[in-house]
Amino acid sequence: MQTFYNEVLTDHNLYPAHKHPLPGANMTLEGVNPSCGDDIVLQLRVENGRIEEGAFVGDGCAVSQASADIMLDLVIGRTVEEAKELAACFLRMIKGSASDEDMDKLEEAGALQDIAHMPARVKCAVLGWHTMERMLDA
Amino acid sequence: MSFDFAACRKDFPLLANSGIAYLDSAATAQRPVPVLDAVQDFYEQANANPLRGLYALGMEATERYEAARERVRRFINAGSEREIIFTRNTTESINLVAYSYALNHLKPGDEIFVSIMEHHSNLLPWQMAARQTGAKLVYLECEPDGSLPEERLRAVIGPHTKIAAIGQVSNVLGCTNPVETIIRMVHENGGVVLVDAAQSAPHMKIDVQAMGADFLAFSGHKLMAPMGIGVLYGREELLDEMPPFLTGGEMIDSVTRDGAVYAELPHKFEAGTVNAGGAVGLAAAIDYLESIGFEAIHAQEQALTRRAFEGMREIPGVHILGSDDPDRHGGILSFTVDGVHPHDIASILDANGVAIRAGHHCAQPLLQYLGVRSCARASLAFYNTPEDVDRFLEALRGVRKEMGYADIL
Repeated sequence: MQTFYNEVLTDHNLYPAHKHPLPGANMTLEGVNPSCGDDIVLQLRVENGRIEEGAFVGDGCAVSQASADIMLDLVIGRTVEEAKELAACFLRMIKGSASDEDMDKLEEAGALQDIAHMPARVKCAVLGWHTMERMLDA
Repeated sequence: MSFDFAACRKDFPLLANSGIAYLDSAATAQRPVPVLDAVQDFYEQANANPLRGLYALGMEATERYEAARERVRRFINAGSEREIIFTRNTTESINLVAYSYALNHLKPGDEIFVSIMEHHSNLLPWQMAARQTGAKLVYLECEPDGSLPEERLRAVIGPHTKIAAIGQVSNVLGCTNPVETIIRMVHENGGVVLVDAAQSAPHMKIDVQAMGADFLAFSGHKLMAPMGIGVLYGREELLDEMPPFLTGGEMIDSVTRDGAVYAELPHKFEAGTVNAGGAVGLAAAIDYLESIGFEAIHAQEQALTRRAFEGMREIPGVHILGSDDPDRHGGILSFTVDGVHPHDIASILDANGVAIRAGHHCAQPLLQYLGVRSCARASLAFYNTPEDVDRFLEALRGVRKEMGYADIL
Protein backbone atom coordinates (compact mmCIF):
# COMPACT_ATOMS: atom_id res chain seq x y z
CA MET A 1 0.00 0.00 0.00
CA GLN A 2 1.52 3.34 -1.06
CA THR A 3 -0.17 6.31 0.56
CA PHE A 4 0.94 9.72 1.76
CA TYR A 5 -0.02 8.80 5.32
CA ASN A 6 3.51 8.60 6.68
CA GLU A 7 4.34 8.27 10.35
CA VAL A 8 4.85 11.99 10.95
CA LEU A 9 1.37 12.68 9.65
CA THR A 10 -0.41 9.90 11.52
CA ASP A 11 1.45 10.66 14.77
CA HIS A 12 0.44 14.31 14.71
CA ASN A 13 -3.13 13.27 13.94
CA LEU A 14 -3.44 10.66 16.67
CA TYR A 15 -1.31 12.38 19.31
CA PRO A 16 -1.47 16.12 18.65
CA ALA A 17 0.61 18.27 20.99
CA HIS A 18 -1.35 21.46 20.43
CA LYS A 19 -4.99 20.35 20.11
CA HIS A 20 -6.62 22.02 23.09
CA PRO A 21 -8.28 25.31 23.99
CA LEU A 22 -5.93 28.19 24.79
CA PRO A 23 -7.38 30.31 27.62
CA GLY A 24 -4.78 33.10 27.34
CA ALA A 25 -5.18 33.57 23.57
CA ASN A 26 -5.44 37.10 22.19
CA MET A 27 -6.16 35.98 18.61
CA THR A 28 -8.81 33.43 17.59
CA LEU A 29 -9.99 32.55 14.09
CA GLU A 30 -12.06 29.72 12.61
CA GLY A 31 -11.08 28.09 9.34
CA VAL A 32 -13.43 25.87 7.36
CA ASN A 33 -12.91 23.65 4.36
CA PRO A 34 -16.43 22.98 3.09
CA SER A 35 -15.42 20.22 0.67
CA CYS A 36 -14.10 17.97 3.46
CA GLY A 37 -16.08 19.47 6.31
CA ASP A 38 -12.78 20.22 8.04
CA ASP A 39 -13.18 22.80 10.75
CA ILE A 40 -10.50 24.24 13.00
CA VAL A 41 -10.36 27.10 15.46
CA LEU A 42 -6.84 28.43 15.70
CA GLN A 43 -5.78 30.39 18.78
CA LEU A 44 -2.57 32.33 19.34
CA ARG A 45 -1.11 34.49 22.10
CA VAL A 46 1.03 37.07 20.38
CA GLU A 47 3.11 39.45 22.53
CA ASN A 48 5.40 42.13 21.08
CA GLY A 49 5.32 40.59 17.63
CA ARG A 50 6.20 37.08 18.85
CA ILE A 51 3.94 33.99 18.98
CA GLU A 52 4.28 32.99 22.60
CA GLU A 53 1.60 30.28 22.62
CA GLY A 54 -0.61 28.57 20.07
CA ALA A 55 -3.24 25.83 19.95
CA PHE A 56 -6.20 24.63 17.91
CA VAL A 57 -9.39 22.69 18.34
CA GLY A 58 -11.27 21.15 15.49
CA ASP A 59 -12.66 18.25 13.64
CA GLY A 60 -11.69 16.97 10.27
CA CYS A 61 -9.54 14.67 8.24
CA ALA A 62 -6.10 13.56 9.39
CA VAL A 63 -4.38 15.81 6.86
CA SER A 64 -6.01 18.99 8.14
CA GLN A 65 -5.55 18.15 11.80
CA ALA A 66 -1.96 16.92 11.54
CA SER A 67 -0.97 19.85 9.35
CA ALA A 68 -2.29 22.36 11.92
CA ASP A 69 -0.42 20.56 14.72
CA ILE A 70 2.85 20.48 12.77
CA MET A 71 2.42 24.16 11.93
CA LEU A 72 2.06 25.10 15.59
CA ASP A 73 5.18 23.09 16.46
CA LEU A 74 7.04 25.24 13.96
CA VAL A 75 5.68 28.71 14.69
CA ILE A 76 5.45 28.81 18.48
CA GLY A 77 8.30 30.97 19.74
CA ARG A 78 8.84 32.65 16.37
CA THR A 79 8.11 36.21 15.36
CA VAL A 80 5.03 37.02 13.32
CA GLU A 81 7.26 37.78 10.33
CA GLU A 82 9.01 34.41 10.61
CA ALA A 83 5.65 32.62 10.86
CA LYS A 84 4.41 34.38 7.71
CA GLU A 85 7.59 33.39 5.88
CA LEU A 86 7.07 29.75 6.95
CA ALA A 87 3.49 29.89 5.67
CA ALA A 88 4.79 31.14 2.32
CA CYS A 89 7.32 28.27 2.24
CA PHE A 90 4.60 25.73 3.03
CA LEU A 91 2.33 27.03 0.28
CA ARG A 92 5.23 26.89 -2.19
CA MET A 93 5.82 23.27 -1.16
CA ILE A 94 2.16 22.39 -1.71
CA LYS A 95 2.30 24.02 -5.15
CA GLY A 96 5.37 21.93 -5.93
CA SER A 97 7.78 24.87 -6.20
CA ALA A 98 9.65 24.80 -2.89
CA SER A 99 13.43 25.29 -2.91
CA ASP A 100 15.84 23.17 -0.88
CA GLU A 101 16.12 26.11 1.48
CA ASP A 102 12.32 26.18 1.91
CA MET A 103 12.31 22.47 2.69
CA ASP A 104 15.01 22.92 5.35
CA LYS A 105 12.97 25.61 7.05
CA LEU A 106 9.81 23.51 7.02
CA GLU A 107 11.40 20.64 8.97
CA GLU A 108 8.65 18.12 9.84
CA ALA A 109 6.07 19.94 7.70
CA GLY A 110 8.00 18.50 4.75
CA ALA A 111 6.21 15.23 5.55
CA LEU A 112 3.17 16.70 3.79
CA GLN A 113 5.05 17.29 0.55
CA ASP A 114 3.41 14.41 -1.34
CA ILE A 115 -0.02 16.01 -0.90
CA ALA A 116 1.02 18.37 -3.69
CA HIS A 117 0.15 15.44 -5.99
CA MET A 118 -3.34 15.07 -4.48
CA PRO A 119 -5.35 18.09 -5.65
CA ALA A 120 -8.41 16.88 -3.74
CA ARG A 121 -6.51 17.05 -0.46
CA VAL A 122 -4.47 20.24 -0.87
CA LYS A 123 -7.18 22.31 0.81
CA CYS A 124 -6.96 20.07 3.87
CA ALA A 125 -3.20 20.54 4.14
CA VAL A 126 -3.30 24.32 3.85
CA LEU A 127 -6.32 24.96 6.11
CA GLY A 128 -4.28 25.69 9.26
CA TRP A 129 -1.68 27.73 7.41
CA HIS A 130 -4.27 29.85 5.58
CA THR A 131 -6.14 30.45 8.81
CA MET A 132 -2.93 31.64 10.50
CA GLU A 133 -2.05 33.91 7.57
CA ARG A 134 -5.50 35.52 7.64
CA MET A 135 -5.15 36.01 11.37
CA LEU A 136 -1.71 37.59 11.24
CA ASP A 137 -2.59 39.81 8.28
CA ALA A 138 -5.74 41.15 9.93
CA MET B 1 -30.48 -18.82 -19.61
CA SER B 2 -28.94 -16.52 -17.07
CA PHE B 3 -27.06 -13.40 -18.10
CA ASP B 4 -23.27 -13.65 -18.14
CA PHE B 5 -22.25 -10.77 -15.90
CA ALA B 6 -18.54 -11.61 -16.04
CA ALA B 7 -18.64 -11.27 -19.84
CA CYS B 8 -20.43 -7.89 -19.79
CA ARG B 9 -17.40 -6.41 -18.07
CA LYS B 10 -15.74 -6.04 -21.48
CA ASP B 11 -18.58 -3.73 -22.54
CA PHE B 12 -17.21 -1.08 -20.16
CA PRO B 13 -13.93 0.29 -21.55
CA LEU B 14 -13.19 2.44 -18.52
CA LEU B 15 -13.32 -0.51 -16.15
CA ALA B 16 -10.90 -2.44 -18.33
CA ASN B 17 -8.60 0.53 -19.03
CA SER B 18 -8.34 1.89 -15.50
CA GLY B 19 -8.11 -1.42 -13.70
CA ILE B 20 -9.78 0.13 -10.66
CA ALA B 21 -12.56 -1.30 -8.53
CA TYR B 22 -15.19 1.33 -9.28
CA LEU B 23 -17.59 1.44 -6.32
CA ASP B 24 -19.16 4.85 -6.91
CA SER B 25 -21.97 4.09 -9.33
CA ALA B 26 -24.49 5.90 -7.13
CA ALA B 27 -22.59 9.08 -8.06
CA THR B 28 -22.37 8.25 -11.74
CA ALA B 29 -22.39 4.96 -13.64
CA GLN B 30 -19.83 3.82 -16.20
CA ARG B 31 -20.90 3.71 -19.87
CA PRO B 32 -20.99 0.59 -22.01
CA VAL B 33 -19.79 0.53 -25.62
CA PRO B 34 -23.31 0.47 -27.16
CA VAL B 35 -24.07 3.80 -25.47
CA LEU B 36 -20.81 5.38 -26.61
CA ASP B 37 -21.39 4.01 -30.13
CA ALA B 38 -24.93 5.36 -30.28
CA VAL B 39 -23.76 8.85 -29.38
CA GLN B 40 -20.94 8.72 -31.90
CA ASP B 41 -23.27 7.35 -34.56
CA PHE B 42 -25.69 10.22 -33.99
CA TYR B 43 -22.95 12.80 -34.50
CA GLU B 44 -21.44 10.95 -37.47
CA GLN B 45 -24.65 10.03 -39.30
CA ALA B 46 -27.51 12.25 -38.17
CA ASN B 47 -26.16 15.46 -36.70
CA ALA B 48 -28.23 18.54 -37.42
CA ASN B 49 -30.21 20.78 -35.11
CA PRO B 50 -33.31 18.75 -34.26
CA LEU B 51 -36.84 20.16 -34.58
CA ARG B 52 -35.72 22.87 -37.03
CA GLY B 53 -34.14 21.58 -40.20
CA LEU B 54 -36.38 21.17 -43.20
CA TYR B 55 -33.76 19.10 -45.01
CA ALA B 56 -33.44 15.32 -44.77
CA LEU B 57 -30.57 15.37 -42.27
CA GLY B 58 -32.47 17.69 -39.95
CA MET B 59 -35.45 15.39 -40.10
CA GLU B 60 -33.23 12.41 -39.34
CA ALA B 61 -31.88 14.20 -36.25
CA THR B 62 -35.43 15.01 -35.16
CA GLU B 63 -36.55 11.43 -35.70
CA ARG B 64 -33.73 10.02 -33.61
CA TYR B 65 -34.37 12.53 -30.83
CA GLU B 66 -38.08 11.81 -30.76
CA ALA B 67 -37.47 8.04 -30.97
CA ALA B 68 -35.39 8.41 -27.80
CA ARG B 69 -38.34 10.11 -26.14
CA GLU B 70 -40.60 7.22 -27.12
CA ARG B 71 -38.00 4.81 -25.72
CA VAL B 72 -38.06 6.65 -22.38
CA ARG B 73 -41.87 6.65 -22.41
CA ARG B 74 -41.90 2.85 -22.73
CA PHE B 75 -39.15 2.50 -20.10
CA ILE B 76 -41.30 4.12 -17.39
CA ASN B 77 -44.66 3.25 -19.00
CA ALA B 78 -45.92 6.81 -19.34
CA GLY B 79 -49.24 7.22 -21.14
CA SER B 80 -47.95 9.62 -23.79
CA GLU B 81 -44.72 11.01 -25.24
CA ARG B 82 -46.08 14.44 -24.39
CA GLU B 83 -45.41 13.57 -20.76
CA ILE B 84 -41.65 13.06 -21.28
CA ILE B 85 -39.54 16.21 -20.99
CA PHE B 86 -35.82 16.02 -21.63
CA THR B 87 -33.79 18.06 -19.17
CA ARG B 88 -30.12 18.14 -18.15
CA ASN B 89 -30.51 16.01 -15.04
CA THR B 90 -32.67 15.25 -12.00
CA THR B 91 -31.81 18.59 -10.44
CA GLU B 92 -33.13 20.51 -13.44
CA SER B 93 -36.23 18.32 -13.61
CA ILE B 94 -37.10 19.06 -10.00
CA ASN B 95 -36.38 22.76 -10.41
CA LEU B 96 -38.72 22.82 -13.40
CA VAL B 97 -41.56 21.55 -11.21
CA ALA B 98 -40.65 23.80 -8.29
CA TYR B 99 -40.61 26.94 -10.49
CA SER B 100 -43.41 26.17 -12.94
CA TYR B 101 -45.81 24.24 -10.72
CA ALA B 102 -45.09 25.02 -7.08
CA LEU B 103 -44.71 28.79 -7.41
CA ASN B 104 -48.05 28.96 -9.22
CA HIS B 105 -49.99 26.69 -6.87
CA LEU B 106 -48.79 27.33 -3.34
CA LYS B 107 -50.07 29.96 -0.97
CA PRO B 108 -49.44 30.71 2.70
CA GLY B 109 -50.78 27.90 4.90
CA ASP B 110 -50.09 25.23 2.31
CA GLU B 111 -47.54 22.53 3.06
CA ILE B 112 -44.82 20.81 1.08
CA PHE B 113 -43.30 17.74 2.59
CA VAL B 114 -40.00 16.08 1.87
CA SER B 115 -38.31 13.25 3.68
CA ILE B 116 -35.29 13.91 5.86
CA MET B 117 -33.24 11.69 3.54
CA GLU B 118 -33.66 13.79 0.40
CA HIS B 119 -30.64 14.67 -1.71
CA HIS B 120 -30.11 18.45 -1.69
CA SER B 121 -31.45 18.54 -5.26
CA ASN B 122 -34.84 17.40 -3.96
CA LEU B 123 -34.70 19.78 -1.01
CA LEU B 124 -33.33 23.16 -2.03
CA PRO B 125 -35.94 23.76 -4.79
CA TRP B 126 -38.68 23.19 -2.19
CA GLN B 127 -37.00 25.45 0.35
CA MET B 128 -37.02 28.09 -2.38
CA ALA B 129 -40.68 27.47 -3.25
CA ALA B 130 -41.71 27.61 0.41
CA ARG B 131 -39.80 30.86 0.96
CA GLN B 132 -41.30 32.53 -2.08
CA THR B 133 -44.91 31.48 -1.52
CA GLY B 134 -45.17 31.44 2.28
CA ALA B 135 -45.94 27.73 2.25
CA LYS B 136 -44.49 25.57 4.99
CA LEU B 137 -41.82 22.94 4.41
CA VAL B 138 -42.45 19.87 6.55
CA TYR B 139 -39.94 17.06 7.12
CA LEU B 140 -40.90 13.42 7.16
CA GLU B 141 -38.40 11.77 9.48
CA CYS B 142 -37.36 8.15 9.10
CA GLU B 143 -36.39 5.41 11.51
CA PRO B 144 -32.62 4.94 11.93
CA ASP B 145 -32.76 2.08 9.40
CA GLY B 146 -34.41 4.40 6.88
CA SER B 147 -37.89 2.91 7.09
CA LEU B 148 -41.00 5.11 7.00
CA PRO B 149 -43.81 3.49 8.99
CA GLU B 150 -47.35 4.60 8.17
CA GLU B 151 -47.81 6.45 11.45
CA ARG B 152 -44.94 8.73 10.46
CA LEU B 153 -46.62 9.33 7.09
CA ARG B 154 -49.97 10.05 8.74
CA ALA B 155 -48.30 12.64 10.97
CA VAL B 156 -47.18 14.80 8.04
CA ILE B 157 -49.83 14.16 5.36
CA GLY B 158 -53.07 16.10 5.66
CA PRO B 159 -55.43 18.49 3.92
CA HIS B 160 -52.71 21.17 3.84
CA THR B 161 -50.35 18.88 1.91
CA LYS B 162 -50.17 20.34 -1.59
CA ILE B 163 -46.87 18.84 -2.76
CA ALA B 164 -44.84 15.88 -1.55
CA ALA B 165 -41.32 15.31 -2.90
CA ILE B 166 -39.79 11.96 -2.09
CA GLY B 167 -36.80 9.99 -3.23
CA GLN B 168 -37.65 6.43 -4.21
CA VAL B 169 -34.25 5.15 -3.05
CA SER B 170 -32.04 7.03 -0.58
CA ASN B 171 -28.57 7.88 -1.93
CA VAL B 172 -27.13 7.40 1.57
CA LEU B 173 -29.05 4.55 3.18
CA GLY B 174 -30.02 2.70 -0.01
CA CYS B 175 -33.47 1.94 1.36
CA THR B 176 -36.48 1.87 -0.96
CA ASN B 177 -39.23 4.17 0.22
CA PRO B 178 -42.96 3.34 0.11
CA VAL B 179 -43.75 5.79 -2.69
CA GLU B 180 -47.01 4.06 -3.68
CA THR B 181 -48.41 4.43 -0.16
CA ILE B 182 -47.27 8.05 0.05
CA ILE B 183 -48.83 8.83 -3.34
CA ARG B 184 -52.14 7.24 -2.32
CA MET B 185 -52.25 9.16 0.96
CA VAL B 186 -51.29 12.50 -0.62
CA HIS B 187 -53.84 12.03 -3.41
CA GLU B 188 -56.57 11.35 -0.84
CA ASN B 189 -55.75 14.80 0.49
CA GLY B 190 -55.74 16.46 -2.93
CA GLY B 191 -51.98 17.01 -3.25
CA VAL B 192 -49.48 15.99 -5.91
CA VAL B 193 -46.31 13.91 -5.55
CA LEU B 194 -42.92 14.24 -7.21
CA VAL B 195 -40.81 11.08 -7.10
CA ASP B 196 -37.03 11.53 -7.28
CA ALA B 197 -36.03 8.35 -9.12
CA ALA B 198 -32.33 9.26 -9.56
CA GLN B 199 -31.19 6.28 -7.47
CA SER B 200 -34.00 3.89 -8.37
CA ALA B 201 -34.30 4.14 -12.16
CA PRO B 202 -30.98 2.32 -12.79
CA HIS B 203 -31.94 -0.59 -10.54
CA MET B 204 -35.66 -1.33 -10.68
CA LYS B 205 -38.59 -1.32 -13.07
CA ILE B 206 -40.56 1.90 -12.87
CA ASP B 207 -44.16 2.14 -14.01
CA VAL B 208 -45.36 5.70 -13.47
CA GLN B 209 -48.99 4.79 -14.11
CA ALA B 210 -49.05 1.88 -11.68
CA MET B 211 -47.17 3.99 -9.15
CA GLY B 212 -49.53 6.93 -9.65
CA ALA B 213 -46.74 9.53 -9.65
CA ASP B 214 -47.68 13.04 -10.73
CA PHE B 215 -44.06 13.92 -11.50
CA LEU B 216 -41.00 11.70 -11.67
CA ALA B 217 -37.40 12.78 -12.28
CA PHE B 218 -34.23 10.91 -13.09
CA SER B 219 -30.77 11.47 -14.58
CA GLY B 220 -29.32 9.68 -17.56
CA HIS B 221 -25.77 9.55 -16.23
CA LYS B 222 -26.60 7.27 -13.30
CA LEU B 223 -28.18 4.94 -15.82
CA MET B 224 -25.09 4.63 -18.04
CA ALA B 225 -26.13 7.39 -20.46
CA PRO B 226 -23.91 10.43 -21.12
CA MET B 227 -23.82 13.25 -18.58
CA GLY B 228 -26.15 16.15 -19.34
CA ILE B 229 -29.36 14.35 -20.21
CA GLY B 230 -32.17 13.88 -17.74
CA VAL B 231 -35.89 13.25 -17.72
CA LEU B 232 -38.96 14.78 -16.19
CA TYR B 233 -42.16 12.81 -16.41
CA GLY B 234 -45.31 14.77 -15.62
CA ARG B 235 -48.97 13.93 -15.97
CA GLU B 236 -50.19 15.63 -19.12
CA GLU B 237 -52.99 17.65 -17.50
CA LEU B 238 -50.51 19.09 -15.00
CA LEU B 239 -47.81 19.90 -17.56
CA ASP B 240 -50.38 21.37 -19.93
CA GLU B 241 -51.38 24.16 -17.62
CA MET B 242 -47.85 24.91 -16.34
CA PRO B 243 -46.00 27.92 -17.79
CA PRO B 244 -42.61 27.31 -19.44
CA PHE B 245 -39.62 27.07 -17.11
CA LEU B 246 -37.11 28.49 -19.58
CA THR B 247 -38.01 30.57 -22.60
CA GLY B 248 -36.23 30.97 -25.91
CA GLY B 249 -35.78 29.11 -29.14
CA GLU B 250 -37.84 26.18 -30.39
CA MET B 251 -40.40 26.30 -27.59
CA ILE B 252 -42.80 28.64 -29.37
CA ASP B 253 -45.48 28.57 -32.02
CA SER B 254 -45.20 32.26 -32.83
CA VAL B 255 -43.55 35.36 -31.44
CA THR B 256 -44.43 39.00 -31.91
CA ARG B 257 -42.91 42.18 -30.45
CA ASP B 258 -45.28 41.89 -27.52
CA GLY B 259 -45.40 38.24 -26.72
CA ALA B 260 -45.39 34.63 -27.82
CA VAL B 261 -47.59 31.61 -28.18
CA TYR B 262 -45.81 28.67 -26.63
CA ALA B 263 -45.34 25.32 -28.32
CA GLU B 264 -47.28 22.25 -27.35
CA LEU B 265 -46.00 19.63 -24.94
CA PRO B 266 -43.35 18.42 -24.59
CA HIS B 267 -41.42 21.09 -26.51
CA LYS B 268 -42.86 23.89 -24.40
CA PHE B 269 -40.37 22.81 -21.74
CA GLU B 270 -37.36 22.27 -24.00
CA ALA B 271 -36.10 25.74 -24.81
CA GLY B 272 -32.94 26.09 -26.86
CA THR B 273 -30.98 23.48 -28.79
CA VAL B 274 -31.58 20.13 -27.16
CA ASN B 275 -29.09 17.46 -26.12
CA ALA B 276 -30.03 15.05 -28.90
CA GLY B 277 -26.79 13.06 -28.62
CA GLY B 278 -27.46 12.59 -24.93
CA ALA B 279 -31.05 11.54 -25.56
CA VAL B 280 -29.93 8.99 -28.15
CA GLY B 281 -27.34 7.71 -25.66
CA LEU B 282 -30.01 7.43 -22.99
CA ALA B 283 -32.20 5.35 -25.30
CA ALA B 284 -29.21 3.06 -25.94
CA ALA B 285 -28.55 2.77 -22.21
CA ILE B 286 -32.17 1.78 -21.64
CA ASP B 287 -31.89 -0.83 -24.39
CA TYR B 288 -28.76 -2.19 -22.71
CA LEU B 289 -30.35 -2.32 -19.25
CA GLU B 290 -33.49 -3.98 -20.53
CA SER B 291 -31.53 -6.51 -22.58
CA ILE B 292 -30.16 -7.76 -19.24
CA GLY B 293 -33.45 -7.30 -17.42
CA PHE B 294 -34.08 -5.82 -14.02
CA GLU B 295 -34.66 -9.20 -12.44
CA ALA B 296 -31.13 -10.37 -13.31
CA ILE B 297 -29.66 -6.97 -12.44
CA HIS B 298 -31.35 -7.03 -9.06
CA ALA B 299 -30.15 -10.54 -8.25
CA GLN B 300 -26.57 -9.71 -9.23
CA GLU B 301 -26.51 -6.44 -7.29
CA GLN B 302 -28.04 -8.13 -4.26
CA ALA B 303 -25.38 -10.86 -4.30
CA LEU B 304 -22.59 -8.27 -4.52
CA THR B 305 -24.17 -6.18 -1.77
CA ARG B 306 -24.42 -9.20 0.53
CA ARG B 307 -20.78 -10.07 -0.07
CA ALA B 308 -19.68 -6.53 0.76
CA PHE B 309 -22.05 -6.22 3.72
CA GLU B 310 -20.98 -9.49 5.34
CA GLY B 311 -17.32 -8.66 4.83
CA MET B 312 -17.67 -5.16 6.29
CA ARG B 313 -19.46 -6.50 9.35
CA GLU B 314 -16.41 -8.65 10.11
CA ILE B 315 -14.04 -5.67 10.22
CA PRO B 316 -13.66 -4.14 13.69
CA GLY B 317 -14.39 -0.42 13.82
CA VAL B 318 -16.50 -0.39 10.65
CA HIS B 319 -20.14 0.69 11.03
CA ILE B 320 -22.70 0.53 8.23
CA LEU B 321 -25.45 3.17 8.21
CA GLY B 322 -29.05 2.08 7.79
CA SER B 323 -30.65 -1.33 7.77
CA ASP B 324 -29.09 -4.50 9.22
CA ASP B 325 -30.50 -6.34 6.23
CA PRO B 326 -28.20 -6.19 3.17
CA ASP B 327 -31.21 -6.74 0.90
CA ARG B 328 -32.58 -3.36 1.99
CA HIS B 329 -29.50 -1.45 0.84
CA GLY B 330 -30.05 -1.32 -2.91
CA GLY B 331 -26.31 -1.63 -3.57
CA ILE B 332 -25.52 1.39 -1.38
CA LEU B 333 -23.35 0.88 1.70
CA SER B 334 -22.55 4.05 3.63
CA PHE B 335 -20.20 3.56 6.54
CA THR B 336 -17.82 5.03 9.06
CA VAL B 337 -14.55 3.72 10.48
CA ASP B 338 -13.83 4.52 14.13
CA GLY B 339 -11.21 7.23 14.47
CA VAL B 340 -10.73 7.76 10.73
CA HIS B 341 -12.22 10.65 8.78
CA PRO B 342 -14.12 9.54 5.65
CA HIS B 343 -11.83 11.55 3.37
CA ASP B 344 -8.85 9.67 4.76
CA ILE B 345 -10.70 6.39 4.18
CA ALA B 346 -11.31 7.39 0.56
CA SER B 347 -7.67 8.43 0.02
CA ILE B 348 -6.37 5.14 1.42
CA LEU B 349 -8.79 3.12 -0.69
CA ASP B 350 -7.84 5.18 -3.73
CA ALA B 351 -4.18 4.29 -3.18
CA ASN B 352 -5.37 0.66 -3.40
CA GLY B 353 -7.24 1.22 -6.64
CA VAL B 354 -10.69 1.33 -5.07
CA ALA B 355 -12.95 4.30 -5.86
CA ILE B 356 -15.56 5.23 -3.26
CA ARG B 357 -17.33 8.42 -2.29
CA ALA B 358 -16.80 10.28 0.98
CA GLY B 359 -18.41 13.34 2.48
CA HIS B 360 -21.94 14.42 3.21
CA HIS B 361 -23.35 12.98 -0.06
CA CYS B 362 -25.46 16.10 -0.61
CA ALA B 363 -27.72 14.92 2.21
CA GLN B 364 -26.63 17.03 5.16
CA PRO B 365 -30.01 17.07 6.97
CA LEU B 366 -30.05 13.26 7.01
CA LEU B 367 -26.51 13.01 8.40
CA GLN B 368 -27.36 15.60 11.06
CA TYR B 369 -30.47 13.58 11.91
CA LEU B 370 -28.43 10.38 12.17
CA GLY B 371 -25.77 12.18 14.22
CA VAL B 372 -23.00 11.55 11.69
CA ARG B 373 -20.79 14.40 10.45
CA SER B 374 -19.82 12.64 7.25
CA CYS B 375 -19.41 9.12 5.97
CA ALA B 376 -17.85 7.02 3.26
CA ARG B 377 -20.01 5.24 0.68
CA ALA B 378 -19.43 2.23 -1.51
CA SER B 379 -22.09 1.74 -4.17
CA LEU B 380 -22.39 -1.24 -6.45
CA ALA B 381 -23.71 -1.89 -9.92
CA PHE B 382 -24.24 -5.10 -11.86
CA TYR B 383 -20.94 -4.61 -13.74
CA ASN B 384 -18.98 -4.89 -10.51
CA THR B 385 -17.40 -8.25 -9.75
CA PRO B 386 -16.89 -10.24 -6.55
CA GLU B 387 -13.19 -9.37 -7.01
CA ASP B 388 -14.03 -5.65 -6.86
CA VAL B 389 -15.79 -6.27 -3.56
CA ASP B 390 -12.88 -8.31 -2.21
CA ARG B 391 -10.37 -5.61 -3.14
CA PHE B 392 -12.54 -3.09 -1.32
CA LEU B 393 -12.73 -5.28 1.78
CA GLU B 394 -9.00 -5.96 1.73
CA ALA B 395 -8.20 -2.24 1.55
CA LEU B 396 -10.79 -1.40 4.19
CA ARG B 397 -9.20 -3.91 6.57
CA GLY B 398 -5.94 -1.96 6.34
CA VAL B 399 -7.36 1.51 6.93
CA ARG B 400 -6.94 1.82 10.69
CA LYS B 401 -3.44 0.37 10.57
CA GLU B 402 -2.49 2.77 7.78
CA MET B 403 -3.68 5.63 9.98
CA GLY B 404 -1.30 4.60 12.73
CA TYR B 405 -3.61 2.66 15.02
CA ALA B 406 -1.90 -0.23 16.74
CA ASP B 407 -4.68 -2.78 16.25
CA ILE B 408 -3.98 -5.32 13.54
CA LEU B 409 -7.29 -5.92 11.83
